[in-house]
Amino acid sequence: MADKIATREAYGNALAEFGAVYKDIVVLDADLAEATKTCIFKKKFPERFFDCGIAENNMFCVAAGLSTVGKIPFASTFAMFAAGRSFEQIRNSIGYPHLNVKICATHAGISVGEDGATHQCNEDIGLMRTIPGMVVINPSDAVEAKAAVEAVIKYQGPAYLRFGRLPISIINDSPEYKFEIGKAIKLADGVDATIVANGMMVEEALIAREMLMAEGISVAVVNMHTVKPLDTEMLLAEAQQTGAIVTSEEHNIIGGLGSAVCEALCGVCPVPVVRHGIEDVFGKSGPAKELIEHYNLNARGIVEKVKVALSMKLK
Amino acid sequence: MANILELKKIATDVRIGILDAVYNAKSGHPGGALSSADLLTCLYFSELNVDPAHPEDENRDRFVLSKGHSCPGYYAVLAEKGYFNKSELTSFRHTGGLLQGHPDMKTIKGVDMSAGSLGQGFSVACGMALGAKLDGKIYRTYCILGDGESQEGQVWEAITFAAHYKLDNLCLIIDNNGLQIDGKVKDVMNIMPYSTKLKSFGWHVINIDGHNYDEILKAFEEAKTVKGKPTAIVAKTVKGKGVSFMENQAGWHGKAPNKEQYDCAIAELEEYKKSLGGK
Repeated sequence: MADKIATREAYGNALAEFGAVYKDIVVLDADLAEATKTCIFKKKFPERFFDCGIAENNMFCVAAGLSTVGKIPFASTFAMFAAGRSFEQIRNSIGYPHLNVKICATHAGISVGEDGATHQCNEDIGLMRTIPGMVVINPSDAVEAKAAVEAVIKYQGPAYLRFGRLPISIINDSPEYKFEIGKAIKLADGVDATIVANGMMVEEALIAREMLMAEGISVAVVNMHTVKPLDTEMLLAEAQQTGAIVTSEEHNIIGGLGSAVCEALCGVCPVPVVRHGIEDVFGKSGPAKELIEHYNLNARGIVEKVKVALSMKLK
Repeated sequence: MANILELKKIATDVRIGILDAVYNAKSGHPGGALSSADLLTCLYFSELNVDPAHPEDENRDRFVLSKGHSCPGYYAVLAEKGYFNKSELTSFRHTGGLLQGHPDMKTIKGVDMSAGSLGQGFSVACGMALGAKLDGKIYRTYCILGDGESQEGQVWEAITFAAHYKLDNLCLIIDNNGLQIDGKVKDVMNIMPYSTKLKSFGWHVINIDGHNYDEILKAFEEAKTVKGKPTAIVAKTVKGKGVSFMENQAGWHGKAPNKEQYDCAIAELEEYKKSLGGK
C-alpha cells in the first residue's frame, strides 16, 4: 500500500488540477484554507479564490449567488461549520433552488483528534441527506476523493462532500476502479453477511473481513461512498444474498449511512441491520489514533457487530 | 429618466395587485410589500436592464428581494412588466398556484433568486456582483433588504464582504419602514444609526424618501457613479403606504384584509389612480 494521504489533501490537489481545466470553478473558504487545503488552489489560481473570513453563513450564500451567474463554486470549511452552522443557508439558498454549489467539508468525524467535540462533526451526513436533491458523498481514500471532486464538477446540482483530516491508506488503486455518483462498489464477496461502509471505515471493513475469515466467517464488503442517492439496488441484492448487513461509518449511528441503509431495507427486505459508528455521544480530545480505538471505530469493532448480526440472523 | 407620473400609475396598479394577491390568499405580507412598492416599480420600470422576453440573458441586471416575504409587490411588478399573466396574482399562496408564499426562482419567471429566510438574499446578491467582477461583465446587482431583517448577523457579514471585495456594481436598497412583527424596529432591537454604521463599514450611503420618485431615481444614478465601494440607499418608507388604514401599523405586517377592508383599500387606490389623470 502506498503512503497514507488525508482526503482533504487529495481534495486540495484535485481542485488545483481540475481548476486548470474547468475555468468556471471558483473556491471559497472561511479562514481555513490551510486546513481544508483549498490553499493549494489559492496558490495556483488566486484570482478565483475568495476568502470570506470567519463568516460561513455569508460564504455559502455568496457561493449560491456565484452559481446563479454560471460559476461552479466550491465552498469549504470544517464539516461542523458547513453542515452544522450553515445548515439553514445550505437548505434554503442552495438546496431549495437546487443550485450548482459544491459544499466541501473537511475535518469530519472524531479523527479530527485533539480539537475535541466542538470540532468533531458526527452529524453532517444526517443533516445533509435530509435536504431534497442534495448529493452526499463520503470518499474512502485519496483516489476516491479526487474522483468524487471530478464527478461533482460534471454533475449539475448541489453536492456535499466529506473529507477527513487524518492521513489514511489508499485502497482504490486497482486499474479497474471507477467512481460514479450513487453507484456503490463491491470490494469483496461473502456469504454470511455484508459490511456496508464508507469513508475511512472501508479499509477497516476489509481488515475485519480478513479477521472474520480466520474464524470461518465469510463477509462481503461494499464501499457505499454515496449516501445520497443511495445505491438501493446493490443494497437489496446484498440483503437478499447474505441476509445480514453491518453498516460502518465515522458518524453518529443516528442519521448517517446506517440510518439510510435501514430506511432503504425495512420496507423491502427487512434483514438484520447492525449499525457501527459513534454511539450517539459527543467526541473528545486526543490523538486521532487513540480516539479511533476509544470509540471502537476499527476492524475489531466491526467484527463484534458482524457477530451480533449473525446471531440475529440465526434466530 | 422615466416619466414619474407613469411610474406612479404603475406603482398604484402594483399596490392593487398586492391587495388582490393577499386578499385572495387570505394570508401574506401587505405592509412591507406596500412600503417597497415604489422602490420596486422604479427598479423594474426605470432602472434595471432586464427584458421579460429574455429572462435568462446572462448580461441582464440582477435583482434579489432579500426580504422575500414582501413578494406580493415583487410579483405584481413582474406581472406588470410582463413576466407572467396578472391573473396569476390571485393564485398567490394557493396549492398548485404559480406564486409561492416566498419567491421561488425555479418556477417563477423573472425571479433571479429564491428568498424568504431573512439575511440570506443579500449575501446571494454579493455573489452575483462578485461573479460579474470576475467575468468583467457590466451587469449590476440590486437587492432590497428590510430594516428589521438587518438584525440578522449574516447581514453584517455581507456588509463586510461587499466592502472588502469593493463591489461597486452592487446596490443595496434598505426598505426602512421602521416596523417589524413585534413592533417598532427601534424597540424590538434597535439597529440605528443605519447610515453611520454602513459608512463606517466602508459603504457609500444615500439617504432618501422611499416614496419620492425624484429621489429614488437620482439615488440609482448616483450609485452608478460610485467606484471602489458598494452603495446603500437607505430609503425611509411608510409600512402599508398607499392604504391609509394600513399605514404605519405593525399589525399589517403579515395579515390579509377582510372583504370590507379589501374593498375600502381598492377604492382608495383607484381614487388615487384617478387623481393621477389619464385612463
